[in-house]
Amino acid sequence: MKTLPLYALAHARSGDKGDGSNVGVIAYDLESFAILREMLTPEKVKEHFDGIVFGDVRRFELPNLLALNFLLAESLGGSGSASLKTDAQGKTHGMAMLRMRIEVPDGYEPPSPGTRGALAPGGELGGA
Amino acid sequence: MNQPRRIRIANGQGFWGDSVDAPVRLIEEGPLDYLTLDYLAEVTMSILQKQKRRDPARGYATDFVQLIDRVLPALRAKGVKVVANAGGVNPSACRQALIEVAKEHRARGLKIGTVTGDDILGRMEQLIDSGVRFENMDDGRPISEVLDRIVSANVYIDSFAIAEALVQGADIVISGRTTDPGLVLSPLIAEYGWKQDAWSLLAAGTVGGHVVECGAQCTGGNFSRWWEVAGWDNLGYPVLEFEENGEFVVTKHEGTGGLVSVDTVSEQLLYEMGNPKAYLTPDCVVDFTSIRLAGDGKDRVRVSGIRGSEATGTFKVSIAYLEGYKATGQLTVSGPDAVAKAKVCADALWGRLRRAGFTYDKTITELVGLDSCHGPIPGPPPKVHEVVLRVGVKDGDRAKVDRFGKELAPLVTSGPPGITGFAGGRPKATEVLGYWPTLIPKDRIVTRVEVEEVP
Repeated sequence: MKTLPLYALAHARSGDKGDGSNVGVIAYDLESFAILREMLTPEKVKEHFDGIVFGDVRRFELPNLLALNFLLAESLGGSGSASLKTDAQGKTHGMAMLRMRIEVPDGYEPPSPGTRGALAPGGELGGA
Repeated sequence: MNQPRRIRIANGQGFWGDSVDAPVRLIEEGPLDYLTLDYLAEVTMSILQKQKRRDPARGYATDFVQLIDRVLPALRAKGVKVVANAGGVNPSACRQALIEVAKEHRARGLKIGTVTGDDILGRMEQLIDSGVRFENMDDGRPISEVLDRIVSANVYIDSFAIAEALVQGADIVISGRTTDPGLVLSPLIAEYGWKQDAWSLLAAGTVGGHVVECGAQCTGGNFSRWWEVAGWDNLGYPVLEFEENGEFVVTKHEGTGGLVSVDTVSEQLLYEMGNPKAYLTPDCVVDFTSIRLAGDGKDRVRVSGIRGSEATGTFKVSIAYLEGYKATGQLTVSGPDAVAKAKVCADALWGRLRRAGFTYDKTITELVGLDSCHGPIPGPPPKVHEVVLRVGVKDGDRAKVDRFGKELAPLVTSGPPGITGFAGGRPKATEVLGYWPTLIPKDRIVTRVEVEEVP
């Protein structure tokens, strides 16, 4: 097994849901989706968001979109206008999710950045 | 056979405060049948109720009236109809203001429809007496806990009332609280005559509405691979091309910037998503796992296969109540040792308040530039030459919150060196609104449709 950042396998979007947030994670291809289904468990997500998510993490599958949807409860520091946080609506939780490292089989090659552009060329995270 | 009758619906406003030019460009830069505009967020309803209490002629989205003033000639020339939840908590006042604007444009015969019945603030006690429980649907708490502090109460009404206004010939329909996707679904109901039990068609219209409800978030805005998006200064807002069978294409006007792809649309489909198999609206229940996406040429994505099922017997109600007060403020801390100095500042601030006898229900200390968004998620240690110290408090006692606001500025001269950026005066206490999501049986709500012609 080796590890890769999630952003090599998937893209994401997040938003608020009551006093929590949701993060939709969309795999770039079927092989990546199969890996995420196995490795991107609610437990792993909860651990990744330690210090941000204080409630349960629930996961839903949308195989038609190669997507997993996560509900992160109690992740905003209060709902509505009650939060004091800069990110009171979980707008940045998608990008935070993509920073997670995922264990992948040794033979797995992520979808080519050249064709899928999984990393910003010349960006901070080292896209080619 | 006739060509399938295609209806083009665009959304030019994802929230109150979105681009003021987007709706104008949607009307002017390409073909369009309907323009939808979403102005209402939960917090907006409470602000509007407060405005209406001060002045009975207010309580609606004033930006909308200014927009119509700007685009009315183009709307009339191109025959574009408008559906907007700009009525807020006072749709009739919004209509009156629109009629005045229309008169100035000599738009005789323009028909303006209003849909009311969503605002139940004045009916709460009566509804409770008649047996509606308004239990908090998240945690089951009884409404009595907040009843004396409620500032707004609005029902997310169904899309058939707006459709009725369109069927009656309205060129512009103003509603109060509707669901965001309902703004798109209602013209489809009016145009195609979709029935109340045509669950999968209603679901298709709802999904279309969901894709465009945040404006440019499906046309390149907020897209993970942002570097692939070109033309940010000219970003196109979304246009849906609907067909009677419920299939549709997501696109944008030719020549505009942005990007519409299976990936940008997928991301927006998941935005604010709960259980994808049961997306509840007043009109139907949508199964988002049934959606099929396919590229359909440059900046075009075809959406099909959508399945819906029977709507529930209840409407969702959004109630806002006064929960307390809050204030936040910030200082900019320059290097060297920006982070260490910011932490000294924060400790000093909280320590000074404690010594003066002030503690709070909730406080926050963030170092913007270091970890304010992603918190402790591990990554390479950032090189930080300056940070913004952001602090805040929340409490039921307004005076205590205001006292916090007085403790920030002194740090510029009584803290470590190189602290600046204190501008804009002392942070002041603002109201914190809590939300009380709940349900009401549908038969308790009567919507009313009125269509008035500009004289």
